[in-house]
Amino acid sequence: MNPMRMRPPATPQDTMSRRVFLKSTAAAGAGLTLGLYFGDAVAQMSGPGKTVGTAAIGMFEPNAFLRVGRDNTVTVVVKHLEMGQGVYTGLPTLIAEELDAAWSQVRVEGAPADASRYNNLLWGPAQGTGGSTAMANSYEQYRQAGAAARAMLVAAAAGQWKVGADSVQVKNGVVFHASGKKATYGELAEAAGRQPVPANVKLKDAKDFVYIGKHVPRTDSKAKSNGTARFTQDLKLPDMLTAVVAHAPRFGQKLARFDSAGVTGIPGVRYVVEIPNGVAVIATTFWAAKKGRDALKVEWDETTGFRGSSDAMMAEYVKLAATPGASARKDGDAGNAIGGAAKKLEASFEFPYLAHAAMEPMNCVVKLTPELCEVWNGEQFQTGDQFAIAKYSGLKPEQIKLNMLYAGGSFGRRASATSDYVLEAVSIAVALVKAGKPGIPVKMVWTREDDMKGGYYRPMYVHALRAGIDASGNIVGWHHRIVGQSILAGTAFESMMVKDGIDLTSVEGASTLPYSIPHVAVELHSTKVGVPVLWWRSVGSTHTAYSTETFIDELAVAAGKDPVDFRRGMLAKHPRHLAALELAADKAGWGKPLPAGKAGEKRGRGVAVHESFGTVVAQVAEVTVDKDSKFRVDRVVCAVHCGVAVNPDVVRAQMEGGIGFGLTAALYGKITLKDGIVEQSNFHDYPLLRINEMPAIDVHIVPSTDKPSGVGEPGVPVIAPALANALAAATGKRLRTLPLVLG
Amino acid sequence: MPTFFVNKERVDIAAGVPGDTPLLWILRDNLNLTGTKYGCGMALCGACTVHIDGQPTRSCVTPLSALKPGVEITTIEGLATREGRAVQTAWEKLDVPQCGYCQSGQVMAATALLARTKRPTDADIDEAMTGIACRCATYVRIRAAIKEAARSLA
Repeated sequence: MNPMRMRPPATPQDTMSRRVFLKSTAAAGAGLTLGLYFGDAVAQMSGPGKTVGTAAIGMFEPNAFLRVGRDNTVTVVVKHLEMGQGVYTGLPTLIAEELDAAWSQVRVEGAPADASRYNNLLWGPAQGTGGSTAMANSYEQYRQAGAAARAMLVAAAAGQWKVGADSVQVKNGVVFHASGKKATYGELAEAAGRQPVPANVKLKDAKDFVYIGKHVPRTDSKAKSNGTARFTQDLKLPDMLTAVVAHAPRFGQKLARFDSAGVTGIPGVRYVVEIPNGVAVIATTFWAAKKGRDALKVEWDETTGFRGSSDAMMAEYVKLAATPGASARKDGDAGNAIGGAAKKLEASFEFPYLAHAAMEPMNCVVKLTPELCEVWNGEQFQTGDQFAIAKYSGLKPEQIKLNMLYAGGSFGRRASATSDYVLEAVSIAVALVKAGKPGIPVKMVWTREDDMKGGYYRPMYVHALRAGIDASGNIVGWHHRIVGQSILAGTAFESMMVKDGIDLTSVEGASTLPYSIPHVAVELHSTKVGVPVLWWRSVGSTHTAYSTETFIDELAVAAGKDPVDFRRGMLAKHPRHLAALELAADKAGWGKPLPAGKAGEKRGRGVAVHESFGTVVAQVAEVTVDKDSKFRVDRVVCAVHCGVAVNPDVVRAQMEGGIGFGLTAALYGKITLKDGIVEQSNFHDYPLLRINEMPAIDVHIVPSTDKPSGVGEPGVPVIAPALANALAAATGKRLRTLPLVLG
Repeated sequence: MPTFFVNKERVDIAAGVPGDTPLLWILRDNLNLTGTKYGCGMALCGACTVHIDGQPTRSCVTPLSALKPGVEITTIEGLATREGRAVQTAWEKLDVPQCGYCQSGQVMAATALLARTKRPTDADIDEAMTGIACRCATYVRIRAAIKEAARSLA
């Protein structure tokens, strides 16, 4: 037995680090910023970027998306981030299908940053993952890639066997002919590489699918069950150091000065550097870096930084909601129609800030030399990060090499519109270059507290709705006003997705209300607040699904109609909504009485249906409320219409997980600020749903031959309104403030 | 110079290693056993769960100084018991993981449960697993996979 021996950590700071430290403090005192450091760093950086990703000899690499090795492996290059949604299974399935490969020969590799080959076809020239677009934009592209490779392998076999290509067959990765000849893909790989790439290929008919729509096991389950899956947090590089950063307590607050006297003696600490976001302590281990960070004496400029409080902001939002906003939708004259209605209802809703709180706190590894900035990251937005790093570092975008690793969750956080945490990691590497220490890989690790307090939240919102019903119980007018921060204002996406003052992500799900109502108005106030905000799994639908679907439910009751019938009557023009709604209602036994609870318990059933990212999800929630107004969600029946379900089990998993994620927000999610300080810090004050609170879930997929739409997000926004409607059915109480509290 | 065993191999800790270093970071940074994850640092999420003498333990709040000499620590990399293999097989069969970051902790907690309770009830599962948070909410499958593993061991 070889004992693993641990060496003591390296001795305290060497001379170099002391020099860096002195330099940093001097710089801080003189008010210099990293931007000025950077000019020097840029001057040192010259020369061409390295070429990466050349194919090995003997490989058959027909296109950017796959290669066949002589060892008979088929390696699929996946252009999207695997963050749990199953894309490392879904995209390889498309290639395996058209290639007729055996699933066991398929390997997966993350694509490098190269928007010329790996752009998201729904995002134009940009490479990245989000908006539940991975399958939707890749469905034909990856199938065509597989079909082209198959045609070349078949042509190679036909050439060798001197038979017509039409007479060559393929099954499970084996090429064969009626004459008895056969060959593996590996054996044909080299010859196939000499075939011309076909200009046009015919894709399979759906009836011939062997993988699409069938059960294909996830490619990452084994590695994620035995601890070998490698996340950014797990990356080890030679001579790599770990950095933990002292961040300002308030958003936008500047550093005044710092004193690292207590840090220098901590074993393992190597460097202390000032960066734009604060002060980074760089050490041989995480623990040394964290102890160093905690020992820093840092003073922040009290004249800078955001000092708002969420309570006061919410009160302002409520006032704003009483005044007209910018028009996001105007059908007819809603105000007039409601004014003349037989019955009028109004309701106001409040939604808090929400943190993404991925299990893997934000982190990023950077190795910077004058020629190359290499980054290892759960990389969700290659093109944005590449350009942001290039701009910051003075390198060219092609000198930024991004290695995409598994992400331990993201929920939108790792696709930062400002590349915030990635740039923070780069800024640490830049500080090391400036200090004459280029090429040292540094892993920046945020603690849970850094992550929770680090901003980029789902914005806080207020919604004000009113509607009128005529004497026969039909909605005649609907008026919906939304108040909240714009996610896209000030980002590169603003020009594309903010139109006439309307940030589409603020109103999606509201401006797209599917119900046939003659007079509809949707208005928006975009507030300007110094809290960084970002898309959060299902984005605008996180709040619009709640207000629209609970208000519709309230209107159904006011109209004396069954909530499913009421919705059905207004969805004639939306067959996908109808199909999902009816499937969920049918499978839930809607209309049949719920079994009674124990003595003193009330039970209720609620429904909601909502489209996001082209996918329609309907859910029926069943709840039990006890005599103390505590409640539990017993069961959720979910129907999803996502076109072709490429991997039905992954679709089910995303619905299950989406419901659990949505329940966390419905029951617990709330980030608050007081005098600019975020009041939550870890899972004791920002709790996550646990297994004992998870309902039973039945997922049903609407059979469809439509092109696939995404499933990563659309399961999330539907559960909160379905739950609230169930609670209203059980208790008569309408909850309009999130998270939900009864009693 | 504390000595203990990690996955059956002897580990000698040099005198210079601070006693307040949590076991989690000894495993990850010094022994390169990165299957055990950092999630909260406060024993709130359970991603760092390992077995110490068979007991599921939060390594993020277990300082080196608290380890008794000779203790047996098992991490996800060294999980070789019958229960451990059954859990991992069930995890794969049911495609439990999504992002996967918490799953080492889930597997370690589930294995410890099955080692002491052959046919766990839902209440047993709730009790043993509530401490391990999964942000992807893979709980439906975690529950099913524990039952599947129990069946396979019967």
